[in-house]
Amino acid sequence: MSIRRKSLLTAAGVAVLSLVATMVTSVGSASAAANCDPFAGYHGLKGKTVTIFTSILEPELGTMKAAWKDFESCTGVKIKIEGSNQFEALLPVRVKGGNAPDLALIPQPGLLAAMVATGKVKPAPAGVIANVNKYYSPSWKALGSVNGKFYAAPLGSNMKSLVWYSPTQFKKNGYTVPTTWTEMTALADKMAAAGQTAFCGGIGSGGATGWPATDWLEEVVVRMYGQKIYNDWISHKIKFSDPKIVAAMNTVAGWMQNPKWVGDPKAIATTSFQDAGQGIPSGGCNMLQQASFYGSQFPAGTNVSPTGDVFAFYLPGINPAVTTPVEGGGEFTTAFSARPEVQQVQAFLASATYATSRVNLDHWVSANSGVPLAAYKDPIDRLSAQYLANPKSTFVFDASDAMPAAVGAGKEWTEFTAWFGEGKSVADVVKAIDAAWPAK
Amino acid sequence: MSKVANHSPGRRIYSTRFATIVVWIITVAWTVPTFGLFVSSFRSKTDIYNTGWWHVFTHPSFTFANYREVLFGGGALSLGNGVLPYLVNSIVITIPSVIIPIAVATLAAYSLAWIKFKGSDFLFFFIFALQIVPLQMSLIPLLQLFTGGAHIGHITIIPAFGIAGHFAGIWLPHTMFALPLAIYLLHNFISSLPRDLMEAAHMDGANHFKVFRQIVLPLSIPAIAAFAIFQFLWVWNDLLIALTFASGTEEIAPINAKLASLVGQYGSGWQFLTAGAFVSIAIPLAVFFSLQKYFVRGLLAGSVK
Repeated sequence: MSIRRKSLLTAAGVAVLSLVATMVTSVGSASAAANCDPFAGYHGLKGKTVTIFTSILEPELGTMKAAWKDFESCTGVKIKIEGSNQFEALLPVRVKGGNAPDLALIPQPGLLAAMVATGKVKPAPAGVIANVNKYYSPSWKALGSVNGKFYAAPLGSNMKSLVWYSPTQFKKNGYTVPTTWTEMTALADKMAAAGQTAFCGGIGSGGATGWPATDWLEEVVVRMYGQKIYNDWISHKIKFSDPKIVAAMNTVAGWMQNPKWVGDPKAIATTSFQDAGQGIPSGGCNMLQQASFYGSQFPAGTNVSPTGDVFAFYLPGINPAVTTPVEGGGEFTTAFSARPEVQQVQAFLASATYATSRVNLDHWVSANSGVPLAAYKDPIDRLSAQYLANPKSTFVFDASDAMPAAVGAGKEWTEFTAWFGEGKSVADVVKAIDAAWPAK
Repeated sequence: MSKVANHSPGRRIYSTRFATIVVWIITVAWTVPTFGLFVSSFRSKTDIYNTGWWHVFTHPSFTFANYREVLFGGGALSLGNGVLPYLVNSIVITIPSVIIPIAVATLAAYSLAWIKFKGSDFLFFFIFALQIVPLQMSLIPLLQLFTGGAHIGHITIIPAFGIAGHFAGIWLPHTMFALPLAIYLLHNFISSLPRDLMEAAHMDGANHFKVFRQIVLPLSIPAIAAFAIFQFLWVWNDLLIALTFASGTEEIAPINAKLASLVGQYGSGWQFLTAGAFVSIAIPLAVFFSLQKYFVRGLLAGSVK
């Protein structure tokens, strides 16, 4: 017994020793003296602390800290940021309990509205308003406003309105990237005539099967009718059974359920969204509407660039009256304190200086038009920024994320899966979704 | 010898062996996932992603990289400064959250059990009944009390504590929610101590403080230790109170808050979870093993007296 125990202890000792031995801590190299010129406009921050609460976690959290390091060292302010994956649940509790952070980075317009309803959110100060008017499109400003009053400046953003394709295959076949919806359908006809599958599709995603199809409908709705009707649709002022939405669904059916273009439409329901685009580099299918993150789904070593194996183009608009419709997401810097240091940090986060320093560090997209496009290293990031930061763009949030969960993360998914997989009629689908809308 | 008598020893052996096998199967089944987690914590990220942990038996390859990054932070920006500051926070949170309720509860239990005063039974019953108040329900009111105090109209009944976001703001809720159970458990134990002891001490001129200090406290050590283990594990494993009453920053958050976010923004860091989990259970295990003889004694204390 004692011998066994001794050997166990020895083993543990050896393990601990080798653990210590392998721990060669690298001391971070002291960075060169920061250039403080861009921060000349910020005053009286020395020794002040500003707290930020966010749903963003490591490693992005660390990149954010690095992006405002110069600001901290030049102005003397200390920014304490806390990331939690329980953000959506914790923020309301802390705000109602009187323990709100100075700033919160809220990723859902619905949660922003709920926080404003508590009366604890401070309206955007002049510095923030100036930056947002200067650098962001009006549709972004509208998303940071509640009942016409502007509260929160956008911070990060991401883009859904992309179509993935293969530049090498397009070049080989003599196809050109379409810039209008009509051009896109004409291109699809051309591909069909050449015996090729124009559109790839897959809506399988385990328990969330159906979500890619909700994106297709959202893209079409905003392209046909613009931001106002899109938002009324989210709030159910316009029902799914409204002729406008039914017409949009028929457009989706003529696009992604068109046997000429997609092969067997029913196969879309059983193909996972991850697998859907795998045929693009080899020309198995030619185009797939998917968000900017889809680039990571291609096998390692795939060249993602404007001349490579795969790249993306902007999903063209339908209605010329709706300028540059873009669907995506983002987070909004919301203030729960009007202390001068909080307002200055808030203004700094809405500035082009912060956005550019963040873009310089890593994969990240800002809708801030003050960021030079050349600063983006990743070509997909640059493409996304080109549309997100366009002052004329009509930006909308993912509708299914903004709708009540019973619909947006439930009935809409299952009904759309039945629509694709079982050929359920549009009339039956919209009826079932409207019936699932929770009563107020 | 009757047939039954012949039969029963064999039957007992059979049933004992059967029981042993069942116990072993349950033990192994129960331990295998933890063991797998333990093995995984020493494997590289690529190995974890590509093969199951049982592959170490055929292709042994171990690394301390996960522990190094979890404890001291990654070379890159992936983990910040590692979990060590949070581990220290956890200790700072847990020890007072165990000691304060025990100190209050032993005194309360003694007075409720051995000092007869009007309404003492009702008071004990009332404290016992407080256990039904669910923690989740009282989060927001308690937080409001800490940050804003209590008012009726313009009259301040209780001033704002101003302790939200400090360690005291975590100790106090833990103490509050531990007291009903602590008083109940210790009351049952202390009230079952022999009356003769107390009476003899009083005869010799000891007052209540002396009796408490020199007789009750030493005799209650098993019950106190048993409750200390309960409370230690509960506070150590708590995430809700710490996240609500403090915040998740490095200055104050316990290790659980860090563990919950260790997996990272895109869920890509879960090789750190394995190592993080073992770092975080090391201290509770040490506490449990050093106090476990009291644990069993304390559990049995009420039943055999």
